[in-house]
Amino acid sequence: MPGLSGRMSTVVKSKISKMLDKAEDPAETLDYSYQKQLEQLQNVKKGIADVVTAKKRLQAQEGTIQQGIVKLDTQARQALAAGKEDLARTALERKNGAQTELQTLDQQITDLQTQQDQLIDSEQKLRAKIEAFRTKKEVIKAQYSAAEAQVKISEAATGVGEQMADVGLAMQRAVDKTEQMKARAGAVQELEAAGTFDDLTALGSGEDDIDRQLRELSSGSAVDDELSKMKAELGTGGLAPVRELRSGSGEPPADAAPEESAS
Amino acid sequence: MIVRISMEDQYEVQDEAKLHEFDSAAHAAIDGDDEAAFHAAYEQLLAFVRAGGPVDDDHLGGSDLILPPADVSLAEARTEFSGEGLLPG
Repeated sequence: MPGLSGRMSTVVKSKISKMLDKAEDPAETLDYSYQKQLEQLQNVKKGIADVVTAKKRLQAQEGTIQQGIVKLDTQARQALAAGKEDLARTALERKNGAQTELQTLDQQITDLQTQQDQLIDSEQKLRAKIEAFRTKKEVIKAQYSAAEAQVKISEAATGVGEQMADVGLAMQRAVDKTEQMKARAGAVQELEAAGTFDDLTALGSGEDDIDRQLRELSSGSAVDDELSKMKAELGTGGLAPVRELRSGSGEPPADAAPEESAS
Repeated sequence: MIVRISMEDQYEVQDEAKLHEFDSAAHAAIDGDDEAAFHAAYEQLLAFVRAGGPVDDDHLGGSDLILPPADVSLAEARTEFSGEGLLPG
């Protein structure tokens, strides 16, 4: 049949006949084919493990970014409560960027999950065919003459060979996907190194500008709180002593401690 | 005839003429360079093949026909049709 299927059928058939040509003795051909099939099965298992590893890495990144989003949200609220609208805006902008990144990661994880499911499915099918081939090859060895065996081997090996080619395609696609993601992760790292995503790199353990400013803010408000308390206790008011207190790190106002004027 | 959909399964297809009709429709979309129409046509072709029912997992025979996977792009399909093919050499 001309068309869509032409090329794939041809490639698979030529691969299978190449495999069968490697040995002339039917028994040898059977054992060689079986050996190749088991190798391919091992490859698939390794391929599945690679996809799972890549997926776990993305999930870990996702967790980090989710924590970052919660943190940035808290920071924005704190900043707003403190009347620092600019700071709140910056935090929200960063949160927004992190959310976009999270969506991309979500999509990639979904893609990898699909690859993983496909590979597991392929592996199961290949395993079933190999098992059928193993049984069949013993029957062929025991029951057929060399000439008859050649035909039977060809029939049996074609089915397994096709399944192997199919698994090969599934693995190729999975590798392509993970390579694409690695390339993208590399690009993201370069941007991070250039400081483009300071918010994301600093989310984990590091401290960024927002952290510092917010800490200053909260310590600033702690001073204000203490000051208000003090003012209430002393029964004094007015703005002048307040300013003095803030800059004088908790020392009582100069006018309340006349004995210190000696220094 | 037995038709394999790559990364899926082998299926039993009775009506070969009908299969040719779906194949022609998919080709028309490739020639027209219409990605959406191609996917619609190819999905119809695959649905027709799947409707025949899968062969047993331990069936050892080869396929008369191997179709590209369901998520094949128009560009890939065109290569498959005329050039290098989807399977790594």
